[in-house]
Amino acid sequence: MIKVSIAGASGYGGGELLRLLLFHPEIEIHQVTSESQAGKPVGRAHPNLRRVTDLKFSAMADLEPCDVLCLCLPHGEAMKRWDAFSGLGGRIIDLSADFRLRNAADYPTWYGHEHAHPEMLDRFVYGLAELYRDEIRDAEHVACTGCLAATAILSLAPLVRAGAVDPSRLYMEGKIGSSAAGNRADRSTHHPDRSGAVRSFKPTGHRHTAEIVQELTFGGQAPQVHFSATAIELVRGILMTTHAFVNDGLSEREIWSIYREAYGREPFIRIIKERQGVFRYPDPKFLSGTNFCDVGFERDEHSDRVVVMGALDNLVKGAAGQAVQALNIMYGWDERTGLEFPGLHPV
Amino acid sequence: MGTCPECGAAVNVDDDVVEGEILECEECGAELEVISVSPLELELAPEEEEDWGE
Repeated sequence: MIKVSIAGASGYGGGELLRLLLFHPEIEIHQVTSESQAGKPVGRAHPNLRRVTDLKFSAMADLEPCDVLCLCLPHGEAMKRWDAFSGLGGRIIDLSADFRLRNAADYPTWYGHEHAHPEMLDRFVYGLAELYRDEIRDAEHVACTGCLAATAILSLAPLVRAGAVDPSRLYMEGKIGSSAAGNRADRSTHHPDRSGAVRSFKPTGHRHTAEIVQELTFGGQAPQVHFSATAIELVRGILMTTHAFVNDGLSEREIWSIYREAYGREPFIRIIKERQGVFRYPDPKFLSGTNFCDVGFERDEHSDRVVVMGALDNLVKGAAGQAVQALNIMYGWDERTGLEFPGLHPV
Repeated sequence: MGTCPECGAAVNVDDDVVEGEILECEECGAELEVISVSPLELELAPEEEEDWGE
């Protein structure tokens, strides 16, 4: 059994990772930490895990060496404590933004601070298996992606990589649930204000833009990404709608072919574009708790626009499930291990 | 074996298929009408328009 510890396990991302790993047949949870809940049973923070495990939270200072250390801490903490963490885990998977960007100069621009360990940035592999499977296999360090970024990148990468769309005109609108904001309450998450909201919280300047640009850069050509984010009435889930413009009059069937080529064998990407029925395009409602990212599209017959829809659960494929998928690849296990849950319907 | 005119996926067709039969593409869910058996020709079957707007 591989011993995994989770630092920052009382948050939503850490709790979701714990939920998944408790049922992983190759994993033994060694320690889970929380500064605010140290000494308390994990069920106190995660009621879904009551009587599933008798684990208690430890303090971060009590972390012991393990095979894999997963960091689920607020942005900035992993880089700040890197010297302590790097000696504890043979392999480290970070779920924060601290090691996602390859260019250290992007951190002051998008996160408002210098990077504490810029020398580590090129030692982390970006955590999307669909783009970096071979690199993850040999990696010691993996940086899981932003949830909105994952949705945007998985939706668009096949078209941009194939040169099928104009990379200077990518217009993205991300609709996202409240759990993405984490478990610390503030004025914007107060129930009377958050419930029922359809709130444009980042019409421009969302920090995941940096990742999207980084990962949709193919052949040295950085795309122009015009990204807006809207908070909607969901707890979990993202729907990313992108308006792109095809080159050379690309047909809908040719777009089908590009997506099928990219994702036809991927275990967690489904091309959802059906002519019949109610559920014709990706909808995050049915992806809660799953590691799927559903991608669909429609070619506008009246212009050169293609509308691409991507959906996933921000806490699973957008965070913890992505980490488990990477872990499975790192150890040569079936990528689907521990991630088989197909979701609920109706829900 | 036919090809879906909508998405290009391979469509399994039984040996005893007849003209006018409606098949469904497993990939995109399009309803396909068998226009001709030999050679096999598939076309998108007419569908009812749906308008959810107001």
